[in-house]
Amino acid sequence: MKLFKLRGGVHPESRKELAADRAIRVLPMPEYLYVPLLQHVGAPAQPNVNVGDKVLKGQLIGASQGVISAPVHAPTSGHIVAVGDYPAAHPSGLTAPTITIKADGEDRWLDTEAVSDPFVLSPDQISARVAAAGIVGLGGATFPSAVKLNLSRKNNVHTLIINGGECEPYITCDDRLMRERAAEIVEGVRLIRYAVGAEVVMVGIEDNKPAALAAMTLAAKNTEVKVIAVPAMYPMGWDKQMIKALTGREVPADGRTADIGVLVHNVATAFAVRDAVRFGRPLVSRLVTVSGGSVIEPANLEVPIGTLVENLFQFCGGFRNKPARMVLGGPMMGIQLASAAVPIVKGSSGVLALTDSEIGNVQPSPCIRCSSCVRACPVGLLPLDMAAHIRAGDSSAAVTLGLKDCVACGCCSFVCPSHIPLVHYFNFAKGELMEQERVKLKQESTKKLAEMRNERIARIERERVEAAAKRKAAREARERAAKEAAAKVVTETA
Amino acid sequence: MNRIAHSPHAHAPISISKVMVTVMVALIPATLFGFWLYGWPSINLWAVSLIASIGGEALVVSWQGRTVRPVLMDGSGILTAWLLALSLPPFAPWWIAVLGSLFAVVICKQVFGGLGQNVFNPAMAARVMLLISFPLEMTTWISPVPLGSAHAPSLMESLRITFQSHPIDGMASASLLGHVKTEFTRGIGLDQSLVGYYAPWHSLAGDRAGSLGETAAVLLLLGGLYLIARRIITWHAPVAMLLGVAIPALLFNLINSNHYAGPLYHLLSGGVMLGAFFIVTDPVTSPNTTAGQLIFGFGCGLLTWIIRTWGGYPEGVAFAVMLMNAATPIIDYYVKPRIYGRDRKGVALPVGKES
Repeated sequence: MKLFKLRGGVHPESRKELAADRAIRVLPMPEYLYVPLLQHVGAPAQPNVNVGDKVLKGQLIGASQGVISAPVHAPTSGHIVAVGDYPAAHPSGLTAPTITIKADGEDRWLDTEAVSDPFVLSPDQISARVAAAGIVGLGGATFPSAVKLNLSRKNNVHTLIINGGECEPYITCDDRLMRERAAEIVEGVRLIRYAVGAEVVMVGIEDNKPAALAAMTLAAKNTEVKVIAVPAMYPMGWDKQMIKALTGREVPADGRTADIGVLVHNVATAFAVRDAVRFGRPLVSRLVTVSGGSVIEPANLEVPIGTLVENLFQFCGGFRNKPARMVLGGPMMGIQLASAAVPIVKGSSGVLALTDSEIGNVQPSPCIRCSSCVRACPVGLLPLDMAAHIRAGDSSAAVTLGLKDCVACGCCSFVCPSHIPLVHYFNFAKGELMEQERVKLKQESTKKLAEMRNERIARIERERVEAAAKRKAAREARERAAKEAAAKVVTETA
Repeated sequence: MNRIAHSPHAHAPISISKVMVTVMVALIPATLFGFWLYGWPSINLWAVSLIASIGGEALVVSWQGRTVRPVLMDGSGILTAWLLALSLPPFAPWWIAVLGSLFAVVICKQVFGGLGQNVFNPAMAARVMLLISFPLEMTTWISPVPLGSAHAPSLMESLRITFQSHPIDGMASASLLGHVKTEFTRGIGLDQSLVGYYAPWHSLAGDRAGSLGETAAVLLLLGGLYLIARRIITWHAPVAMLLGVAIPALLFNLINSNHYAGPLYHLLSGGVMLGAFFIVTDPVTSPNTTAGQLIFGFGCGLLTWIIRTWGGYPEGVAFAVMLMNAATPIIDYYVKPRIYGRDRKGVALPVGKES
């Protein structure tokens, strides 16, 4: 099949060999699980359990609320020991609302409603089961999957693309999933296709994963699913890049993929959809790659949601040397972990412990305008100019240059010979813009409130004056009447 | 460990000093050839240029209260002086090199704000300054006197040439471009002036009178190809510049071959090869985008040809580069990449339109 040409991109050292040949292993159930209520894009789930409650594996512990939200479920059986704040996976170590479960060691499932042939379900039922299972985009975007399914059906999506790009260095969990559970993935893909009514189904897999390609091709044989090798290049796993490569079309800047009739899901999401639809099982675990130069025995682990990152490192034999940096996710877009005592969430594809030489940490020097960043940018931006404006405190000039189109993929920072943290500048400016937006909204609402207050005061004043006038008129009328009566009396007496 | 770091947590194995060193490596063959061709005086001149640049930059950076070491270690000042030395007449006196180097790194670079902030290519701006201020010294060319040949000056003689402006007897010669220009003013056309003066093969091999490092077209081309292979530069600006020279040369040569020299003559003489691969590829003073670099390179070539053909100076690379440097911000303003999901004007592609 003909692939379409892409702009920019980089070829970082893949380092996937550290973990690629290590088969999936199940992490032993830890004693405590810390399940955050916000593991997705949208509104956080609302806890519906209390401290002391006994829960079964797969039981709902946080209900979805709002249009864009997802529920969370107990990853094992046990009882609730805390509902409150716990450090989240964030560079600052900030806390987030979290439900803590003490495992009872039985790992007993809730009775779930399995179906022998999921294709007899209606598309609405499939969507409902996906929503109830709390499935979100497992490639890292963590957008609630059911919302995407419903949106796609409304928009008459004709093409379903399954993203098996996995372009982040080190990360191999999707690779292993495709090698070991290809048939299940393909069934999940076919269920999604059926649910949205797409005509074309393509699975894009980077050509640096020949075993995954072979396994998926075999599993997809005699189905409507087409498995396609795409060139290994970062950021091939960016959904819009994958769409461009496979269909030649671009998602409009202010639109969604559904606007051009395309729905993109990750391979791991498709696997989770199959579990949810066929067995009624919610998303309570995921595959996580543990890798990096400091890890003694890199691995691909099936991990219950809410497991602490440190448990994963311990299971992998600990560190061969003190890691220079711990990262949640891949090295290109992952976040730095201030501590390993934070829980794995639905969007965590990997945890890395990197050495000094791996992170290439060098003090930045001045920009020489070499435009390596311009060539590397998959979006077509001018990172050097944007950063220069932001540095000078002029974020709005950076917006004019397309700051809002930046996807923070990190290609520009990666290639910069001056080691300028370009993406950091952009995210800083995006934060600043958000702040400005908030201030503006606040000012507007303050202004509105002030206007309403003035109006209210004026109305009260007006009413007071009117009432006084009325009272005065009544009094005068009374006085007049009294006078007239007095005059009458006088006349009568006279 | 606790210092907050932003993604990406990986980096390509590249740095500014690596870029500069790679460019210097690419310059070595042409430079060594120049040393051999013009002997000890050229080596003196090169060394004086580099020393003046390092000393001058160290001094002004310390005046600014900045740390000197990282500024010198990035190698950009050395590279500038190196390129300037290659564009000087090989027997030029020491003060030409010192003035030029200081002008390049102090006035053209540090005054503008240091590395990455200069508008004009420092080496070319310095060369233009020298050419306008000291036309005699800057146009005193010599015939090649390879090391080991009978007329080659010894080390002691070379020191007198470089540091005492010892007169160069019997070795002075005109550069090809200068010779042709002079003959034109006497009403002599190309069919006569080139006889015995120009053989494309000699120009290609670099065996001709000219600046220290710009005569060896083949070696400069090799250096350029090395830089392209190492992905330090891209082919766009160099090829555009060569085309900018060659296309008008070819057209006018077809119209009147006695008055307008052909493309090969222009490509292989003067500073075109050095300019195409080492000057117009200067990242700081050239446009950001591929399309912009094509425009920039072509402009440099075209202006070079125009200055050579109709201007007052026989050679025009340095002037052309400076003029196009001045145009770089405007090229960058108008030529921008198309953003994903938008058209060339930056308007979002229509939503919901099926193709």
